[in-house]
Amino acid sequence: MTQPILNVRGLVKRFGGLLATDHVDLTVQPGEIHALIGPNGAGKTTLISQLMGELKPNEGTVELAGQSLDVLPTAQRVGLGLARTFQITCLLPDYTVLDNVALAVQVRQGHSFRFWKNVRADGSLRDEAATFLTGTGLEPRADELVANLSHGEQKQLELAVALATRPRLLLLDEPMAGLGHAESQQMIETLRGLKNQVSMLLVEHDMDAVFALADRISVLVYGRVIASGSVDDIRQNPEVRTAYLGEGDELC
Amino acid sequence: MNSETSFKRPALLAAVLIVLIALPLIADATGYSAMTSLATRILIYGIAAASLNLVLGYGGLVSFGHAAFFGIGGYVVGILYQHYSLEEPLFGFIPGTNQMLITLPAAILISGLAAAAIGALSLRTGGVQFIMITLAFAQMLFFLFVSLKTYGGDDGLIIRRTNELPGLNMRDKQTVYYVCLFITVAFFALLWRIVNSRFGKVLVGLRQSEKRMAAIGLPAYRYRLTAFIISGMGCGLAGALMANFMRFASPDMMHWTKSGELMVMVILGGVGTLFGPLIGAAVFIVLETTLAAWTENWQLALGFILLFVVLYTQGGVQALILRLKGKR
Amino acid sequence: MTLFLEQLLNGVQFGVMLFLMAAGLTLIFGIMGVINLAHGSIYMIGAYAGTFIAAETGSFWLGIPAALAAAALAGVAIEFLVVRRLYGRDHLDQVLATFGLILIFNQAVTMLFGRQPLFVQMPSLLDGSVELLPGLSYPIYRLAIILVGLLVALGLYLLINRTRIGMLVRAGSTNREMVRALGVDVRLLYTLVFGLGALLAGLAGFMAGPILAVQIGMGEQILITTFVVVVIGGVGSIRGAFFASLILGIVDTGLRAYLPGLLRQVMVGPEADALGAGISSMGIYLLMAIVLLIRPKGLFIRNS
Repeated sequence: MTQPILNVRGLVKRFGGLLATDHVDLTVQPGEIHALIGPNGAGKTTLISQLMGELKPNEGTVELAGQSLDVLPTAQRVGLGLARTFQITCLLPDYTVLDNVALAVQVRQGHSFRFWKNVRADGSLRDEAATFLTGTGLEPRADELVANLSHGEQKQLELAVALATRPRLLLLDEPMAGLGHAESQQMIETLRGLKNQVSMLLVEHDMDAVFALADRISVLVYGRVIASGSVDDIRQNPEVRTAYLGEGDELC
Repeated sequence: MNSETSFKRPALLAAVLIVLIALPLIADATGYSAMTSLATRILIYGIAAASLNLVLGYGGLVSFGHAAFFGIGGYVVGILYQHYSLEEPLFGFIPGTNQMLITLPAAILISGLAAAAIGALSLRTGGVQFIMITLAFAQMLFFLFVSLKTYGGDDGLIIRRTNELPGLNMRDKQTVYYVCLFITVAFFALLWRIVNSRFGKVLVGLRQSEKRMAAIGLPAYRYRLTAFIISGMGCGLAGALMANFMRFASPDMMHWTKSGELMVMVILGGVGTLFGPLIGAAVFIVLETTLAAWTENWQLALGFILLFVVLYTQGGVQALILRLKGKR
Repeated sequence: MTLFLEQLLNGVQFGVMLFLMAAGLTLIFGIMGVINLAHGSIYMIGAYAGTFIAAETGSFWLGIPAALAAAALAGVAIEFLVVRRLYGRDHLDQVLATFGLILIFNQAVTMLFGRQPLFVQMPSLLDGSVELLPGLSYPIYRLAIILVGLLVALGLYLLINRTRIGMLVRAGSTNREMVRALGVDVRLLYTLVFGLGALLAGLAGFMAGPILAVQIGMGEQILITTFVVVVIGGVGSIRGAFFASLILGIVDTGLRAYLPGLLRQVMVGPEADALGAGISSMGIYLLMAIVLLIRPKGLFIRNS
């Protein structure tokens, strides 16, 4: 058995009387794309927020490659190799595309207590940032303000910024949401291309994308993991079919 | 809002600088020698407002207590002068002084320490609490200095002579003006470097989205605190200059209305721009002086102007001018 | 012992005054997300209007409706003309616009009433003292303030926990979007809450008249103390505002009463008095600093 890159044990999050995360166990193996599916309100984004340390769970532990993350704030988790994208894009609107990526590179390079040198004249920073845009549709848009980007472009930038932190595990919160068909296909290709570099936990509603990309799937319903297994296991699982996929075959 | 600041128009900047250098001569030649004093106050408030703008405009932190640091800067000069003239050391071992080369760095240091303490506590919260807390701590210092009878209580401290600088005659108003101008230029050059540095970039990023900055691995608190300290030091410097210029330090320097005035200067000139606060300080002081000469109820007019600026112009005087230009 | 009880009552009396201010301020922020510096001006307007009418008519009691009406009117006018435009804006705009209002109101009141403080005659019914315990006689007027304050607190409790408007207020202070989504006329609710807050501030201002001088700047002094109350109690929490008001009232009064005496044991009289006064006026801020260290969101807000 190799050590899992992500190991979640007994995670619980309560909001008042509501159990948003109900004793969740989850593992992601190195190099795998693990998809997390479930109906709206199942608690997928809440789970990601807890993995990142943005929300504090009431119980349970989270380990990244064997190291406990439980007491660490978000920034330190990112330093250890965790990164996320946001379902509702969360970028710096007054900065350019390149600035957004460059800032992620800058933070990864170490502290930012440098007060004198002009950051825009810092070639090494900008060159490295540019490498994260090559091959994406954002390359010609590098000097555009983020506020002026289309939704699809913002989704791509979310991914580029996350990658610029050089993560070992990438938490993707519905990267296809709101994308057109062509954009979705491009995103699937991009993610497939990343497969050998980084492990991924993929939250997604687009079943085509999930079946195309995932090595394993976990199903989250009302905050509980009701099934976990290979793509075929999940397709066949009767419980999943009633709870989530519905009796019909229209989703497959 | 301009998040990045560069010297886009070096020619304009050079022209302004030349005018500022020539100003005392023009003032003398035209007989308006009061203009030099007015300009000195504008420069000093410009430093204070620009310091506030570092946290307010660039960092997005609405501090309503920056007069505290302004006042502390003033009191450092005043207290050191009192111990110098009475020839008894402060706490029994710190000798007083009237040397500006010592008093200014001391003022910057002490106000920086105060900003570190107040900032460390206030930054534990955000939003509206931050506003209230910074206001409250400034008020606390105000009461402290009101109660310090040794240093004049609510009457304040009179500084009989402006601090000395080697080789300069500081009893001459023009010399004081040029010293202030020199410090202002150096200060803005430093600020320009800071806002364009890695640090400045992180600070502006935090204003735009703290959540995003955390997601790329940035711990917000220490950067905000650093900005708060730098900003407090700048206000302390301005306060020290003001005490030298007025030859007076009093609790009024840290009254909450002073914090409000500094904020007004920032918004008048344009939040989050490098030179906006300097322009704002000029507009505010000229406005105050003109209105006060015209009516004793000038605060009423100031209140209405402020309401108008906040409700109907976004981005202060600079934006207003730009928009008027655009319309014509 | 009787001195201690007397100071305790003074503290409670100051506390309920703070509560009348803080309740409105914390609700206005909790529900509308607006920081309103002009709340202190409303307090001042209530004090001036009530005192003026009381002096003109010779009746303290006629001052009450005058103070309430003037404060409510000013409050609704402020909401309608200024604050309504600030709901979606950032805090900086709110601070500056309401700072502008303070300048306007202070100057307008100066122009109308001059710089001399006004004083109001206490009504004969409330003048004098009553012996609460053997050896402890206490001014009736201050007891009346405490009673009124506690009644208002009870009224607010019932209003918020027992009525439909109260339910909306509670919902609004925890989740602003939800109230909008419920299809409630949010504007009306906002105006009501603002008017209610103004009413309480005006009441506090008028009641303060016979104890403190009615003068320009009285509003800002209590406003800043009220901010400390709101921070300690937790923004948006009426319950927090109530307890924090009482705590601050008692701490502040206690320090002022006892600290100079304690200091006089270790230093000379006048210096001890000055320093004691200074430290006791800093006391509530130091308390706030301690609360911030332990519970940054306030004592009565659960950390989530």
